[in-house]
Amino acid sequence: MHPAPSVIIFSVLTGLGFGLLAMLGFGLAPATGWAAVVTYGAGYALATAGLMASTFHLGNPQRALRAFTQWRTSWLSREAWASVAAMMLMAPVAASAVFAGRLMPVLGALAAVLCLVTVVTTSMIYTQLKTVPRWNHWTTPALFLGHAIAGGALLAGLGNAPVLLLLLGLFLALTFRTGDGRFADRGHTLATATGLGGGSVRSFAPPHTGSNYLMREMIFVVGRKHAVKLRTLSILLVSVLPALVLLVLPAGLIATLLAAVLHLIGAFIGRWLFFAEAEHVVGLYYGLR
Amino acid sequence: MTSLPPPSDKKLGLVIDLDICVGCHACVTACKGWNDQGYGAPLSDQDAWGANPSGTFLNRVHSYEITPEGGVPQLVHFPKSCLHCEDAPCVTVCPTGASYKRAEDGIVLVNESACIGCGLCAWACPYGARELDQAAGVMKKCTLCVDRIYNENLPEVDRTPACVRTCPTGARHFGDLGDPDSAVSKLVAERGGMELMPEQGTKPVNRYLPPRAKDRLEETAPLAPLLDIQATGFAGWLDRLLDRI
Ligand code: SF4
Ligand code: SF4
Ligand code: SF4
Repeated sequence: MHPAPSVIIFSVLTGLGFGLLAMLGFGLAPATGWAAVVTYGAGYALATAGLMASTFHLGNPQRALRAFTQWRTSWLSREAWASVAAMMLMAPVAASAVFAGRLMPVLGALAAVLCLVTVVTTSMIYTQLKTVPRWNHWTTPALFLGHAIAGGALLAGLGNAPVLLLLLGLFLALTFRTGDGRFADRGHTLATATGLGGGSVRSFAPPHTGSNYLMREMIFVVGRKHAVKLRTLSILLVSVLPALVLLVLPAGLIATLLAAVLHLIGAFIGRWLFFAEAEHVVGLYYGLR
Repeated sequence: MTSLPPPSDKKLGLVIDLDICVGCHACVTACKGWNDQGYGAPLSDQDAWGANPSGTFLNRVHSYEITPEGGVPQLVHFPKSCLHCEDAPCVTVCPTGASYKRAEDGIVLVNESACIGCGLCAWACPYGARELDQAAGVMKKCTLCVDRIYNENLPEVDRTPACVRTCPTGARHFGDLGDPDSAVSKLVAERGGMELMPEQGTKPVNRYLPPRAKDRLEETAPLAPLLDIQATGFAGWLDRLLDRI
């Protein structure tokens, strides 16, 4: 799949933003006044920036509101609802912490759950696609949730953040590894795609001399060359290095910021690979994957 | 509404005969021609006369080389458009309700004025049957020429999809695959019509008729004995000598 910057930014930033808001909602990093302005502000800023980025992916963004209509069947529609609901429900919690200096544990927890639900709905947009075997697995929502929780814990400055980050790194390695054989395991081949089994079949000529939307969008073969290096780099940056920074440097803003920057770069690389390494079955028709 | 309607009795679709298709791409051109001026946004091209042309098509013809077990390689031309699946994943993923399947005849369509161009339906289709038009930013797909097949302004003979009407070899058939007595259903039964990628569970309506098994030439060619020329005289001596070294 084509690793479009808009979807990478969308999924990484919303995951991180809603992860942070969830930690705050659960009251794991109690802050009031100016401190709350910073923490809640960061959560809202990340989530909003991510949601805005997603609209750059649309051919007709002016009709984006229509995406709220099909929540009964569409995960993308559910994602739209969940993200708005989570932000709205979190608003009084944030306002009370900032202005009244009071925490709202019950409403906060409810809003926090909605934040995590939002992350799951985002992941389900990809998970539901049987056409992309690498994504079509429970590990995808688990990975997105893992990113939200570990990233949120890091930004919220929680004490257990290093452990969560290391667990995330392990799980990321697991998803890279287990995703590799899934396309073959599902048994999709050019023979099933064309029905021309019983012997051998190969693509002789594509339907056109140039490229097309399908090939640009769904058959992304360039860049997989460095996949192994990038996998290692993303695990190091998203997990190992920020965990080390948090453990070694004295706790404080500097350590958190440095760890957060490393983590974010790692998350971007990991998400780039999430798309770049995902193979769509339509590639079979072109003799590519 | 992107909920799928209950399965309709009428299932309009195409049956494509891979034994007959010669890969002339006439259906591709006819499809682009008709759908460029009728239903919805035109099918745009980008850099059409430049070095890297590309454009929106609702029907494309691939070519595959198959080598049957113990047979010789043969070329199979393979037109591919929307299969109007019964369990169309492209419909249920759509967040806006733009993608829908008609309850009355099973045709899968896009309401372009509601489409936000998110592209998710194209990701959900296993067959590459949907293309986002780069100029209009809306999703385009085969309409089964819904603006021809019911069009009473057209002469009766033209009330069939443009691709079917134009195919010079008669490799494309249009009809009701929900009716077991229709000509297309009989053709499918007779020739063992296949579903594409059945393991995706989309239950496509369109069917493909496999290429017929080719005749095989007898092992010995009639002229074979004449080819086995024995050299005599000096040439024969040279032949034997050369064989030895
Ligand atoms: S072929 Fe693709 S676009 Fe057509 S109905 Fe099936 S899944 Fe949808
Ligand atoms: S591109 Fe249009 S038709 Fe396709 S899923 Fe998005 S809104 Fe629906
Ligand atoms: S039925 Fe119409 S829209 Fe569909 S491939 Fe044929 S000509 Fe194109």
